[in-house]
Formats: sequence, C-alpha cells, structure tokens
Amino acid sequence: MLLRLEPRGHHSIFWTYASPLVALALTLLTSALVFEILGRDPELALYTFFIKPLVSPGSLPELLVKASPLILIGTGLSLGFRANVWNIGAEGQYTLGALAGGGLALLFYDSTSPLLLPAMIVAGALGGMAWAAIPAFLRTHFNASEILTSLMLTYVAQLILIYLVTGPWRDPEGYGFPQSRMFSDTATMPILVSGTRLHLGVLIAFIVVLLGWGLLGKSLVGFQLKVVGQAPRAARYAGFSDKGLVWLAMMLGGGLAGAAGLFEVAGPVGQLTPQISPGYGFTAIIVAFLGRLHPVGVLFAGLLLALSYLGGDAAQIDLGLPSAVTNIFQGILLFFLLGSDILILYRLRLGRRREQPAS
Amino acid sequence: MRRRTFTKLLGATAATAALGRFGLARADEPFKAGFVYVGPVADFGWSHQHDLGRQAAVKALGDKLKTTYVESVKEGPDSERVIRELATAGNGIIFTTSFGFMNPTIKVAKQFPKVKFEHATGYKRADNVATYNIRFYEGRYVQGVIAGKMSKSGVVGYIGSVPIPEVVMGMNAFIRGMHTVNPQGKIKLVWINGWYDPGKESDAAKALIDQGADIIAQHTDSAAPLQVAEQRGVKGFGQASDMIKFAPKAQLTSSVDHWDEYYTQRIQAAMDGSWKTQDIWGGLKIGMLHMAPWTNMPDDVAQAAQAAQNGIEDGSIVIFKGPINDQSGKVKVADGAQLSDDDILGMNWLAEGIEGTLPQ
Amino acid sequence: MSGVSWLVPVILSVISASTPLLLAATGELVTEKSGVLNLGIEGMMLLGAIIGFAVTLTTGSAILGIIAAAGAGIAMAFVFGVLTLLLLANQVAAGLALTIFGTGLSALIGKSFVGNAVPVLPKLNLPILSSLPFIGPILFQQDALVYASFLLLVLVGWFLYRTHAGLVLRAVGDSHEAAHAIGYPVIAIRFGAVLFGGMTSGLAGAYMSLVYTPMWAENMTAGRGWIALALVVFSTWRPARLLLGAYLFGGISILQIYVQSMGLPIPSQFLSMLPYLATVLVLVLISRDRSRIRLNAPACLGRPFHATG
Repeated sequence: MLLRLEPRGHHSIFWTYASPLVALALTLLTSALVFEILGRDPELALYTFFIKPLVSPGSLPELLVKASPLILIGTGLSLGFRANVWNIGAEGQYTLGALAGGGLALLFYDSTSPLLLPAMIVAGALGGMAWAAIPAFLRTHFNASEILTSLMLTYVAQLILIYLVTGPWRDPEGYGFPQSRMFSDTATMPILVSGTRLHLGVLIAFIVVLLGWGLLGKSLVGFQLKVVGQAPRAARYAGFSDKGLVWLAMMLGGGLAGAAGLFEVAGPVGQLTPQISPGYGFTAIIVAFLGRLHPVGVLFAGLLLALSYLGGDAAQIDLGLPSAVTNIFQGILLFFLLGSDILILYRLRLGRRREQPAS
Repeated sequence: MRRRTFTKLLGATAATAALGRFGLARADEPFKAGFVYVGPVADFGWSHQHDLGRQAAVKALGDKLKTTYVESVKEGPDSERVIRELATAGNGIIFTTSFGFMNPTIKVAKQFPKVKFEHATGYKRADNVATYNIRFYEGRYVQGVIAGKMSKSGVVGYIGSVPIPEVVMGMNAFIRGMHTVNPQGKIKLVWINGWYDPGKESDAAKALIDQGADIIAQHTDSAAPLQVAEQRGVKGFGQASDMIKFAPKAQLTSSVDHWDEYYTQRIQAAMDGSWKTQDIWGGLKIGMLHMAPWTNMPDDVAQAAQAAQNGIEDGSIVIFKGPINDQSGKVKVADGAQLSDDDILGMNWLAEGIEGTLPQ
Repeated sequence: MSGVSWLVPVILSVISASTPLLLAATGELVTEKSGVLNLGIEGMMLLGAIIGFAVTLTTGSAILGIIAAAGAGIAMAFVFGVLTLLLLANQVAAGLALTIFGTGLSALIGKSFVGNAVPVLPKLNLPILSSLPFIGPILFQQDALVYASFLLLVLVGWFLYRTHAGLVLRAVGDSHEAAHAIGYPVIAIRFGAVLFGGMTSGLAGAYMSLVYTPMWAENMTAGRGWIALALVVFSTWRPARLLLGAYLFGGISILQIYVQSMGLPIPSQFLSMLPYLATVLVLVLISRDRSRIRLNAPACLGRPFHATG
C-alpha cells in the first residue's frame, strides 16, 4: 500500500476541530464543480447556497426554527445510540407527541388557563415516551430488535395521525379537509422575537443540549450509557442494568422527539395536519452521528443541516435549480464530513509499513 | 470569493429584501411572480400542469415578467418559510398551489400587505389573498357518461386519494353521469391515503380490476393505474394531464388541468394594478378544465361524451340536481332541488351506487 | 381447479409487491452477514430505477437497462464501501448519506425522462410448465427479475452455508479480528459483500421502474428500501426467513387493498397498518429464542475494522 492509515493511538484534538473544516472546503470545491456542470456561476451559487441563508434578513431565525427539532431529537438519539440502542423510530415518537399534546389543545379548546401549554408540553413528551415504550418493551421482554419495531411503528403512527385528522379530530368548519382546528392562542408556543417564527421551543432545544452535555459527561447515568455501548460485558460485571439502560435510552429519545413534535404543531404549524414533519425523525439520526453523538456536536450538526435546507430553497428561488440540488449537496457534504473524520484517529502515511522488530 | 463581489452580493440581498418587504420592485425591473409547488414539476400531474401554466404566462408576457418556482415544498412548517422567502425576494404575486399551504399563505400575506397571494383549492381569503380552483367534478360527470356506455360489467374501479369534499364530489358526479346511461352502474372505491404513489395506485388498480371493474378512474396523480389498465386490457381515465402516452389503447379521455389563461390574466392584473381578491371556481365553460381527445371508443360514445360536455358548458346539464340519494338510500337532494356551491364544497356523503367507506 | 382460479391474480400481485423487497433484502443480508450495515438501500434502489429506466428507454433494450441498473447500484455501493471500509466512517451515517444523495441524484437525472413510458418487462413463459393450471401462471410465467429474486436467494443461502467462501464471510462478520488473524482479507471480503448488496438494490430499483410501474417518478421506491432493511432484521439473517418476511409484508400489503375494495366498514388507515403490525408481531414471536438469534446475528455488525497487525 502506497498510502496507508496509521493509528495515532489517541484522538487528535487538532483534527477533531479541523476535520469539519477540511470537509467543508472539499464540499465547496466539489459544489463549485457541480454548479459549473449545471451551468451556473459557481461563485454566485456557493454564496446563495451557503452564505445567503446566514445573512439574508429574517433568515437566521428561520435557521434556528428549522434546526431546533433536529437538535432536540438528535440529542436524545445521540445518548441512546451511545448505548447501542438503535431508535430508528423517532419520527413516530414525534408524531405521537404531537398527537398527545395537540389532542390536549383540541380537548381544552376554549381554555384560557396558562397551565394549558405546559400541560401540552408534558403530554407531548409522554406521548413520545409511550410510543418508544413499545419497542423498549419488545426488546427487553422478547428480545425483538428495536430497529425493526421502532421503524414499523413510524408508519403506524403516521396512519393514526391521518385517521384522526381525517375523521374524529377534523375541523368541523374546515370544509371536510383533513386538518384539525387551528390551536387557540393559549395553546400556541410563545414567540421570542416578534416578527419571526422563533418560538420557545428553540430556546428549550438549547437548554436540552446543555442538560444532555451534563448528563453525558458528568453523571453516573451518562457514564453507564457510554459503557454499556462500548463494552457490554464490562457493564454487566459492573452491575449496570442493561434492561434499565435500554428503557432509559428509548425514553430519552422518545420523550425529546415527542416534545419536538409538540413544539412544531403548537408553534410553526399551529394545528394538526397529515404533514407535521418533513422527516425530522430520520434527519435527526444523521444529525446525531454528524455531531459525533455528543450534544454540543449535535447542536452544530443540526445548524449545519438546517443551513443546507435553507440553502436549497435559496438555490431554487435565486438560481432556478431543481429541488434535487438540496439532497445532492447534503449527500456530498455528509460524505466529506464522514470521510475526513478518519484523520482524528489515524494519520495518512506514504510508503510501506516498516516491520516492527519483535520486542 | 473576492471581497468586492461578496460585499456586492450582501448589499444586493439586503436591498432586495428591503424592497420586497414593501412589495416594491425597482421600476426598470421586470415584474416578479413566484410559484410554490407541492410536488416535483416532473410529476407529470398536478404540479406539472401548474408549471405549464407558469410557462404560458411567461410566453404571453415576455420580458415584462420574471418567474420563479420552488418545487417539492412539503406542506407543514417548511412551506411558510418558502412562501416568505418568495415574498422577501421581491415577488409581486405568489401562487401557492396546494390546500396545505392555506394557513401559511394567510400568515405571510398579513406580513406583506403589498404582495398579492393566490391560493389554489383553499377557502380562506384576505384583501391580498385570492382563491382559485377548478370544477374537476364536471370532467368526472363526463367520464361517468363514457363509463356508463363503455363498461360491460357495469363496475368502475375508483382510486381515491384523500377523503375530502373535492374527491367526494368528483366521485358523486361520476356516478351521476354513469347513471344517466346505466342506472345499475357501480363504483368500487379504494383509498390510498395520498395523492401520488405509483406503486400503491398500481396495486389498487389491480385489486379493483380483479374484483370485476373494467373501467379505472382515479383521483390520484400518477399514470400507474392507466398502465395497469393497458396491461390488463381494460379502459380508464387519465388525471391532471393527458396520459395517452402511458396507455395508448386504454385511455378514453383525461381531465386536464389548464391554468394558462388564469395565470396570465392574474399576473397581468397584478402588474397593472387592477388585481382584486376573488374566489374563482372555474370549469369546462371558462376553459380551466379541458378534456383530452376522446380515444379508444366508438363514435356514438364520443358523441355522447361531447354532448355531456356541451350540456355542462351551456348550463343545460346541472350535475347535482335532485333526486339524489346517498349510499344508505337517504334522500340528500330532493326532486327538483339542486345543490349550491357551498353544499358541494362541504360534500361529505357518498352517493348511491358507490361501494366504499367515507370516514365521518 | 377453477374454484380457486380467482386466487391467481391476487398471488401475482403479491409476487409483484414482494419481489423488490426480496431483491434488495437479499443483498443487504449478505452485506450484514459480513459485518457491514448499509442503510443506503433506498438511495441505491432509486438510482438503479432511474438508470435502468433511462437506459431501457434510450436503447430500447431492457436487458441493457437491467445491467445498467445493477451497475448503478454497484457504483453507489462503491462510494459507501470507500467511506466505511477504507475511511472507517460511521456506517449508519454513511448509509443515510447514501440514501439522501441517491434520492437527489436520481431526481436530477430523472428530470429528462419524465412523461415517458417503457414497455413492461416481458414475462418469460417456460414451455409446457406455464400451461399448468393455477401454478402455471404463478410459477412459470414470470419476468426475469422475479426469477432472479428467487435464484439469488437460493444462491446466497447455498453460498453462505455450503461453501468455504461463505463460511469465511460469516466469520468476518462474527469476528473480524479473528478472521484477520487467520489471514483472511477482511476489507476485501466486506467490500465484495457491499458491492453485491448494491447490485441487488439496483436490480430492485429496476424492477420498480421496468415492471411494477414502468415509468419514472421521483421517490418512486416510497420507502421500500427501509422495509427491506427491516426485513433483514426480521429474518434474523437467515435466507429462508427472508423469503417469508418479504412475502408476508408484500402479501398483507396487497390483501389489505382487496379488503378495502370489498367495502368492509373498517377505516382504510387501519387496514393500511396491517403489514407493519404483522411484521412486528411475527418478529416478536420468532425473537423469543435468544440463542437462535445470537447464533445468526453477525457479532461485528456495524463495527469498523482496521488492520493493526
């Protein structure tokens, strides 16, 4: 092998921070090439895609609004993934959270109590947790893989949503369209900055990141999650309950996803419709991994991914590029980000491996 | 990127946004119109036809008009952002082409009072928000007449999308048309709970044909059911666009959405300041709905179809005139009475002759 | 025999619905048996679908289209292999990135092919056998890809459990350190498994755009790649169970539409839930035997390998 990888033996601090920059640079270069092929001015295209969403007036709050469900769900998932609990069904838990909290809003439609919204948030989290409890139970009691069970349940959740908004929860004044009533003002997330869509859920997402950071780094539970994922036998010897940790991981993921669902329907959407999630639960999986399964990383990864969505919109509006461009660039960005992470643990070396003398 | 270009772009972004906020464009610039599509332009159905309308407006208004479209915009939280981005980008009129964009459109319209908004298939309006829709059910009445004449088994397989009044009125109009020719005609109904899923639509078509349907009708958007009809040697109707290419021997006709003149007129009105909010529900008469050429049928059927179309256009045929019963036999429209537009818009019952369920 | 002849079209529909799932899942089973988790099936299927369709449309040859689709799947899998096996990237994230990229790339390419149709892939009628009543049309009048789906599954089963090479592959999946110590080229074997998975996903995509609905539509796989993934888990990595899973899911998906069209007063949404619930139920039933699972699950699934000695 002329070019080979040599383990460093430790995490290179330098490359931990530099590798995303390398990836970004490579993405920009490749993107410029792709834009050239598509017949667009590369400079303008790069500006539109990566910079414009940051500087366009009103864009920054939208970036945060788009990122916050990703961050919220991603944080929950990252803790679970560390424990080797593969919750692929966050999308369904999001839906159930929206239904639980939204259902409360519809049930107490005429209430003006300031307790309604907090109750909705709790209901949202509980709804997500209840939905995540099913795969947790099936895994701990029947050894059924949570990958499959949680995934299948996302489809079931979506069908429940469609059933409810098409039938029993349909707005009676809505001309028969599948949607619930618009939530009353008491049941709507307060806006933090007037004139924007920046709602309380965004702030809560940031707080959750801090809490997750604390949990992971400083608490016994966080330690247990990490160990049970990396060395399950050791965890068992140490007496960590792996069933208990499966439950914890699923409840964290489900609760945060459910809360995210509630924030979205009580916030930007304002009602229950069949389209309350553009795939947040699945995108959050990527966010979790891009963030290297650490809440702070998840924060940055969520912002980056949200940027790519907004950039895709701008590319369509300003450059007339097709919507497929968003996915293509997200793919390219992810490929480079994932590829360059190797530099953290390995260094590139030229030449053959020298035989080590026996010691 | 060179700093000067970067700064220039920054400045341009801010300036356009500022002007856009007030719904102004620089005097020498062409008028800008924005379109928000729920699906890809490549769907060869709903969004495709809207884009054809946009292209027609571009052709008609030439240099004076610059259009932008954003496709595959999911209904939900993202759509509000996209609509606002179009408004900020200086578009003077914005067309949002799916029901689920209704509340986001209203919200953004409040913030941009000088920008005109047009929402398709919705029911909420404002001073700067108009609504527009097509009387698709008229085309289905004509399809029903054809089906009544062409079907040997007397069973039509109907692929429903989502249980909303628009779909329900279409089905009811279809069976009404069919009954004028064959009073024993039946519709077998399957819901796929979506608007566009070629695989599911194909499965549904196969199941319906296996259950005895020899005509396939659909309220979903892909050509898959017609392809199944072609493969199985039965006939069917296209939806949203002319799908003859997919089913040269099976397509009888197709309900074709035609937005060309509407978009051109409304953009022109916005340009010259005569735009006012309104609610348009156009059909065969004003040409928002076209029927694809009558094919794969004998001349007498084609004549009957044309007669039905003419009758609707000149008003001699009133589709929802009584007596009409629902599935359970209950009288919904008394003899001699007819349904108003409002009644039709809220239609939530299936007419006699339709086998299938409607969630209440 | 005419008493059950009404079953024939239903079974044919079930075969149609199950084939893409079986094809994609077969390849993923091999990939996972070697220790690699590839979540990019959906993306590989979509690219296979558009390439297969485009080549068939422009050359008029479905055979070329199928080969091209397989090639497209392999190309996507190659990218995944480089990322995860050479650059040791996280497999879950890399697979998801592959799905996203494949979705976008297929949509971009597909724009030029909209509004076109190709003749559906012809059925291969096996002489004499296909005239048998009932089983004739079901077993002996299928298109090449349906036969390929069964053939590939049988080959994979034979390969994994009856050949030395298959044993090595399973060993690599169970303990890559041990396999490496013995001298087996872990990375090369995994790469081969990943490419095989790409090929079958490409074929599954071709089935969608050349047989199931002979057209191109963005996102036409509609989540079948995810179902295939779930089916590999369902099968506990055993080929025979994969066949059961694919046909269970495909069968119930079709049956629920028939039930709907019979007019029973059950909301369509609940009927649509049946395939997913049925899969979970059966999984729970067959998962209770822990030791069985441990014997078959590749212990190194998802863990990157780097030779250090």
